[in-house]
Amino acid sequence: MNETSAMLLDSGGLDRLIGVLGARGFRTIGPVVADGAIGPGPIRHVVDLPQGWHDEQAPGSYRLHRDDDPRLFAWAVGPRSWKGELFPPRSVVWRSSGEGDSLEIVPVVDEAPPVAVIGARPCELAALSILDRVLGTSTHPDPVYRARREAAFVAVVECSTPASTCFCTSMGTGPAVGDDRAGDEGVDLVLTELAGDERHHFLVRAASPLGGEVLAELGGEPAPGWAWSARDRLLAAAEGAIGRALDTDGLAPLLARNLDHPRWDEVAERCLSCGNCTLACPTCFCSSVEDVSDLTGTVERHRRWDSCFDLGYSYVHGGPVRTSVSSRYRQWATHKLSTWFDQFSTAGCVGCGRCITWCPVGIDLTEEAAAIRASDGAGARAYARAGAAGGDQP
Amino acid sequence: MARTAERPAKAGTSLVPLAYRVAWRRRETADVVTIALEAVGESLAPFRAGQFHMLTAFGVGEVAISVSGTPGAPGPVEHTIRDVGAVSHALSRLPVGGVVGARGPFGTSWDVTGLADEDVVVIAGGIGLAPLRGAVHQLSGRRGPGRLTVLVGARTPDQLVFADDVRRWRELGADVRLTVDAATPDWGGEVGLVTSLLASASFDPARTVGLLCGPEVMMRFAAADLADLGVDPSRIRISLERNMQCGAGICGHCQLGPLLLCRDGPVVTYGGAVAALMGQVER
Ligand SMILES: Cc1cc2nc3c(=O)[nH]c(=O)nc-3n(C[C@H](O)[C@H](O)[C@H](O)COP(=O)(O)OP(=O)(O)OC[C@H]3O[C@@H](n4cnc5c(N)ncnc54)[C@H](O)[C@@H]3O)c2cc1C
Ligand code: SF4
Ligand code: SF4
Ligand code: FES
Repeated sequence: MNETSAMLLDSGGLDRLIGVLGARGFRTIGPVVADGAIGPGPIRHVVDLPQGWHDEQAPGSYRLHRDDDPRLFAWAVGPRSWKGELFPPRSVVWRSSGEGDSLEIVPVVDEAPPVAVIGARPCELAALSILDRVLGTSTHPDPVYRARREAAFVAVVECSTPASTCFCTSMGTGPAVGDDRAGDEGVDLVLTELAGDERHHFLVRAASPLGGEVLAELGGEPAPGWAWSARDRLLAAAEGAIGRALDTDGLAPLLARNLDHPRWDEVAERCLSCGNCTLACPTCFCSSVEDVSDLTGTVERHRRWDSCFDLGYSYVHGGPVRTSVSSRYRQWATHKLSTWFDQFSTAGCVGCGRCITWCPVGIDLTEEAAAIRASDGAGARAYARAGAAGGDQP
Repeated sequence: MARTAERPAKAGTSLVPLAYRVAWRRRETADVVTIALEAVGESLAPFRAGQFHMLTAFGVGEVAISVSGTPGAPGPVEHTIRDVGAVSHALSRLPVGGVVGARGPFGTSWDVTGLADEDVVVIAGGIGLAPLRGAVHQLSGRRGPGRLTVLVGARTPDQLVFADDVRRWRELGADVRLTVDAATPDWGGEVGLVTSLLASASFDPARTVGLLCGPEVMMRFAAADLADLGVDPSRIRISLERNMQCGAGICGHCQLGPLLLCRDGPVVTYGGAVAALMGQVER
């Protein structure tokens, strides 16, 4: 990270950031408290941010409480990720009208104003990078995601307060934004919230030309040395506070050779196949389409998020391919941690822990992977990973 | 992802179909129809044998349909459809002049253009001959020492498709053999599984390429039999089917383990991951 383009702002400066982005035409979205959880919502001023709020997370449980903590970002992640801002849960792909040779098919172009995401977490930035690969830069990119992502402004706030469900350190995605991200155009500003001794500041570094331009408009003082060392201490403490781990060493081939492991049936006895995990996951990208017509002959193709836990997801003529809950949980878990590498040359998991917190029965992906590792080979059927899409697989 | 200050003026069109009109239609069997499609305006990119289009019946829905015509052939593009559900029914019923939406072409091909010297064994079950038809046309016209064997199975004689093509392939020197599961009184040919035809077919396993399409269990047995006869599993190509919502690699539905079948398939090499994953694992 280039230290010369770093500034120290107070919360007035953060307020100006929101204002400057709004004035530049961005729809400013940040974490807000709604329905008992912290999640993306419109923000106009610093007062809209969740000052003093903390989240307490455990497998199957999430609770908010508030105290007189001056910090705005002293919590981990909520159930709704930023995915929904860039890849809307529902959208219309095209519309057609008329008949025969005069039939017209018109793409529905996304008209949403560009979004400024203020307060995404480092793991969520990593999730956006994964979606960039899957939806943004594939041979046939998704036009809505691509347009929204290209136009978006992203300000990340590093993590001071990880939850018990977080395992970003295992996935290499947090709690800091890695220095290797400098110059990565997927992020514009990186903030660290520093509070203590009556002081409350944000160390703000520009990570893109636009980020630098915006930062220059905010005033504030160049980041002093103490702010950098305070950041180091804060992030070291955050890293130390992460209690959950996933052993990723050789994990992709491990799962690929344990497809018949009895653990899949065991977890299926608990799994409700509700799909909460896929809904909350910041990298799950599956969607389905449905054509809707009206009496005038207009047809619209609607697209909505879908989940591999849905029985109809794998439907082919004659019935679904994955009928058992066991096969569907295995599809999901092996996709996240194994076949995603084959398909997209990256993991499909960033260790945000949402699937653990928001699973109604508290199923823990890290625990399932560890159980399979503990009795590697108990599953008879294996396949050699041919490396369909190549890539740097662990 | 590189960021530009402005949005692209025109969003990608791979998710938006082009209008195609039914130029002619031919009934193949009681529930199978071939419809030949020509562009109303702008055309799709040329296809390769084995690739598929996403066809929309307006107001009903969209399904993946393989191109059954021959690459490079002039005229409308043929698609052979079995009427089994809502969308295939609507597509099958379209009259000449009816308009559909078409996207693609998507996926991998049979990749037969390089095969001059090889013996090729084509094994098809039922309507599985449709995605292979273009490849067989290409192979039956090739010059070279390689022999062409086409083995086709159907449930009953009246479910055998492409009788005219079979005649033509035979005239061009291909060894085409047909079999049915259940004979009718007028059937004088073979009765039994398509794999039973392999025993009498003449090909040199060491220089044979297998091209398979049909129900997954049929392909599994046929591929295993070919491998037992000495054909290298990496030279056996099969065409797989899964739910497909996008064809473009972004909806997730067509996964088979490490593969996205709309992108890495539908034609994949048997062996490795595919042999282990087909049919069995995903209950
Ligand atoms: C690569 C590829 C090539 C193909 N080529 C051909 C071909 O050449 N000829 C041919 O006839 N067929 C082909 N098919 C099969 C074809 O795509 C359709 O699956 C088939 O025509 C049946 O579609 P349908 O809507 O008529 O039938 P249905 O059985 O009603 O439905 C099949 C489709 O409808 C949806 N659907 C229906 N019911 C449900 C439910 N309960 N839950 C969720 N989804 C549901 C799904 O999208 C499903 O894919 C191919 C398939 C693939 C993947
Ligand atoms: S799989 Fe779970 S921990 Fe991993 S990114 Fe998705 S929700 Fe987060
Ligand atoms: S793992 Fe948990 S959240 Fe996911 S489908 Fe099963 S019960 Fe639902
Ligand atoms: S059909 Fe959508 S990803 Fe393959």
